[in-house]
Amino acid sequence: MSWIDVGALDDIPLRGARIVKTKAGCVALFRTDEAEVFATSNTCAHKNGPLAEGIVHGKQVTCPLHNWVYSLETGEAQGADEGHIATYPVKLEAGRILLDAASIEARSAA
Amino acid sequence: MEKLVVIGAGMASGRLLEHLFDAAPEKFEVTLFNAEPRGNYNRIMLSPVLSGEKTYEEIVTHDDAWYAQHKVTTRFGERVSGIDRARKVVTSPNGDVPYDKLIIATGSDPFIIPFPGHDLPGVVAYRDLEDTNAMVKASSVRGAHAVVIGGGLLGLEAAAGLRLRGMEVTVLHNTGHLMDRQLDETAGYLLQKDLERRGIKVITKATTKTIAGDGKVEKVTFEDGSEIPADIVVMAVGIRPSCSLGTEAGLEMGRAIKVDAQMRSSDPDILCVGECLEFDGNLFGLVAPLYDQAKVAAKTLLGEDDAFKMRELSTKLKVTGCDLFSAGDFADGPNREDIVFRDPKRGVYKRLVIEDDRLVGAVMYGDTADANWFFGLIKDGTDIEEMRETLIYGPAFQGGGGATADPLAAVAALPPEAEICGCNGVCKGDILKSIAGGATTLDDVKAQTKASASCGTCTGLVEQVLAVTLGDGFAMPTEKPVCNCTDLTHEDVRRLIKSQELKSQPAVWQNLAWKTPNGCPTCRPAINYYLLADWPLEYQDDGQSRFVNERNHANIQKDGTYSVMPRMWGGMTTPDELIAVAQAAKKYDAAVKVTGGMRIDLLGIKKEDLPAIWADLNAAGMVSGHAYTKGLRTVKTCVGSDWCRFGTQDSTGLGIKLEKRLWGSWTPHKVKLGVSGCPRNCAEATCKDIGIICVDSGYQIGVGGAAGMDVKEVERLVDVATEEEVIEWVVAFMQMYRENAKYLDRAYKWLNKVGLDWVKEVLADPAERQALVARFDISQSVYQKDPWAERAVPSEAVKFQPLADLTQEAAQ
Ligand code: SRM
Ligand SMILES: Cc1cc2nc3c(=O)[nH]c(=O)nc-3n(C[C@H](O)[C@H](O)[C@H](O)COP(=O)(O)OP(=O)(O)OC[C@H]3O[C@@H](n4cnc5c(N)ncnc54)[C@H](O)[C@@H]3O)c2cc1C
Ligand code: SF4
Ligand code: FES
Repeated sequence: MSWIDVGALDDIPLRGARIVKTKAGCVALFRTDEAEVFATSNTCAHKNGPLAEGIVHGKQVTCPLHNWVYSLETGEAQGADEGHIATYPVKLEAGRILLDAASIEARSAA
Repeated sequence: MEKLVVIGAGMASGRLLEHLFDAAPEKFEVTLFNAEPRGNYNRIMLSPVLSGEKTYEEIVTHDDAWYAQHKVTTRFGERVSGIDRARKVVTSPNGDVPYDKLIIATGSDPFIIPFPGHDLPGVVAYRDLEDTNAMVKASSVRGAHAVVIGGGLLGLEAAAGLRLRGMEVTVLHNTGHLMDRQLDETAGYLLQKDLERRGIKVITKATTKTIAGDGKVEKVTFEDGSEIPADIVVMAVGIRPSCSLGTEAGLEMGRAIKVDAQMRSSDPDILCVGECLEFDGNLFGLVAPLYDQAKVAAKTLLGEDDAFKMRELSTKLKVTGCDLFSAGDFADGPNREDIVFRDPKRGVYKRLVIEDDRLVGAVMYGDTADANWFFGLIKDGTDIEEMRETLIYGPAFQGGGGATADPLAAVAALPPEAEICGCNGVCKGDILKSIAGGATTLDDVKAQTKASASCGTCTGLVEQVLAVTLGDGFAMPTEKPVCNCTDLTHEDVRRLIKSQELKSQPAVWQNLAWKTPNGCPTCRPAINYYLLADWPLEYQDDGQSRFVNERNHANIQKDGTYSVMPRMWGGMTTPDELIAVAQAAKKYDAAVKVTGGMRIDLLGIKKEDLPAIWADLNAAGMVSGHAYTKGLRTVKTCVGSDWCRFGTQDSTGLGIKLEKRLWGSWTPHKVKLGVSGCPRNCAEATCKDIGIICVDSGYQIGVGGAAGMDVKEVERLVDVATEEEVIEWVVAFMQMYRENAKYLDRAYKWLNKVGLDWVKEVLADPAERQALVARFDISQSVYQKDPWAERAVPSEAVKFQPLADLTQEAAQ
């Protein structure tokens, strides 16, 4: 994997999110714990709600528009709703957030 | 005999020598260097030495007699300055020493943050006996202040020791909770409470700026300009491997000296043990793995086979009375689940992290009796599927019975003096007495004690006291809990936040036995509101516990853009304001709509542009209209006596005064006001949360109106004669609603529950009114600030931009 540094962990508030722009739309980075970050598509499978604006709880996010809940680990919508968002490899190193360039490019090509 | 030279007489090399002399006493002739002017002692016991529970003599592991018995040539107080691998000698100021085999065991150096003033006398690290003695000396001055920078293991042990020696101690920690590497927020909160109980001040999210003093340390200053006195500053912010000898000798390096599983460096005659080495990408900071390394290194020196393996590590804090344990891994990974157990009465918190039916991490606070059992499960990777249900209760529960957490535990745990009914000052003990005297129903208790006889918000709690006391003898009415994270109702939670003085979200989660680690989108916004309404000065509003509109201070639209709606006080505006609004609309390409609330809405603004459009509107003197909040929305007015031929009073002016007084405050649900100049009611005041009708003799104040999903006419609260009285009554009503209503109840819903009579009764007392007004004003001193202006500054505006833009990267 080829990792790209996209910013500092502390630029995301605890239980908050920020987005990274890519050619094929935005990737959302969620900080679920002091040292835990997930990367997913920012776009809700329901009506394209911007997921980074949702409330982050446990390892889940609730869409800001109509409250669909997604697992940030699997990208699956929870409960009765059916839908899926893409998830991407992400890792933390010395307080920095690294995204995998290959998966991001694969996303752009798709 | 072969010549073995050892650099560093620390915990790792000490253990290595013991193994070596046990197995082959005559094989090596040992020379032992140590930069410290002494031999091997148990470094981890420096904390009891600091606190006075032990003396240095008691923690020495190898004394002169031991070294003599094993014929070790000791060179204590000598720092080795270099290694010449070609000649196989080590260099020290007192001459070279040749070796056949060399051990580097130089440990770590404490990391010092280079704040201005970090080199003043009185700034110490916490690593060796000299540091410990310096702290003991500083504590001998009565009333002296110590500041410990770093709220990790070492810093807290230092703080506890200094406190036991009678110092005033403050711990500064840069993140949100103590020991954030080992503990989650709740355990960190409990630890902080325990430390505070023993008189240690803790400042989290500390923004230390300088250490200052004239010739020696005197104080520590912060970014916000505040400062605290300091006679000694202990910096305990981390360690760095002490490995420069390896770099200079040309050994293969990573972040420390790289070794293989036999503890050999890239030069097979040079071995390493301890914190100065790197194995397989890992560094070390606790003794357990160092002891394994020492065993392996001894075998390697003796020509026997062995290999070092990484093991799971656990952490404990050596501060008496703070029982904490953490082990394993809490970091990300797919398919992880939490099991949480809380016992607020005993201050116990346990959290297990499970992945694929195996335990991968555990944090516990307050009761660590089962820690070793859990640690064993983690290390062995035991399949826990069978015992999952009862796992958190520990080994005693396995193979039998099975238990579930008692949903009424929070109430059962309350002490008798805990206040249950705030209106009538009834404590749990009073209710217990009435039950003992024969009361079996809510009405009995109400009749005998007056508990829940006034505003009624404590009804749920009274019922729960009945239920825990009478057991099956009492059938609980089913009032809905806040959400699946708790069994308590909103009213219970509000009452308990007040009576137990819970001032942070982790405090609520722990003391009220939340079932999830950090709540859900239903309870978090509610708890955030209750805390900021009850403790405006102490609690810090949490943006991550707000829905998008309130977090971004604009209403999100279906396409992800936002609407921007500045205040127009009482519906009045000016040509200049209108020009500014028009210019902003053009510049940011907004749709323009006049709202039903007498102001102008700019729609379709991109999130990135919000800080800029706010700055433009601020420049024209306009502030947020809070069209997005559970807070004051609009105050509708009519033209009133200024213009209208029927107007009896200055309804426009009064509306503006009320809006200027109330704006910025947070409320359980939105609050809308109307002020009409006469009973014709052009401002629709009779269907607002608070509506005022001006009449010849003064003002009629009505409350509890609405015209949304329900249409309700206001009910009369009071008639008054002057504007001043209107403002006092309205502010007092607003504060009563803020302090008592359930989150997301509009005023009319709350009034339905508590009854307008009770509200009238309370507000009729001038002292009560003034007290409510005073509390409202305290809250406004914090919250009546334009949120747009606060976010239009560059340091905040960046948070509205994407973290990174990779559209360029992927271009080729
Ligand atoms: C903009 C506006 C409509 C308009 O174009 O005129 C409006 C727009 C929205 N209203 Fe409203 N309401 C607007 C006046 C009203 C009024 C009329 C009034 O205030 O005089 C009412 C009925 C009066 C009342 O509240 O009792 C009204 C009753 C509601 C309700 C139902 C509330 C209820 O308790 O039943 C909601 C839903 C809610 O708040 O939960 C709502 C919610 C909303 C939201 C916030 C829905 C949402 O979450 O996105 C809309 C935001 C759109 C946006 O981005 O601006 N809006 N809304 C009006 C803004 C007034 C202002 O200047 O602040
Ligand atoms: C106050 C305190 C409490 C602790 N509590 C715990 C605990 O509860 N549990 C736990 O597991 N761990 C604890 N630790 C950590 C533990 O003490 C260390 O992990 C351990 O001591 C490291 O052993 P070491 O042999 O690598 O280094 P050290 O024990 O530091 O020994 C290295 C020695 O090498 C000497 N030296 C360095 N460079 C040279 C040179 N060039 N020439 C000659 N000599 C040199 C140093 O002076 C030092 O004496 C604690 C540490 C401290 C300071
Ligand atoms: S109804 Fe009354 S206050 Fe409203 S405009 Fe007419 S006269 Fe004026
Ligand atoms: S767009 Fe996400 S829930 Fe509707």
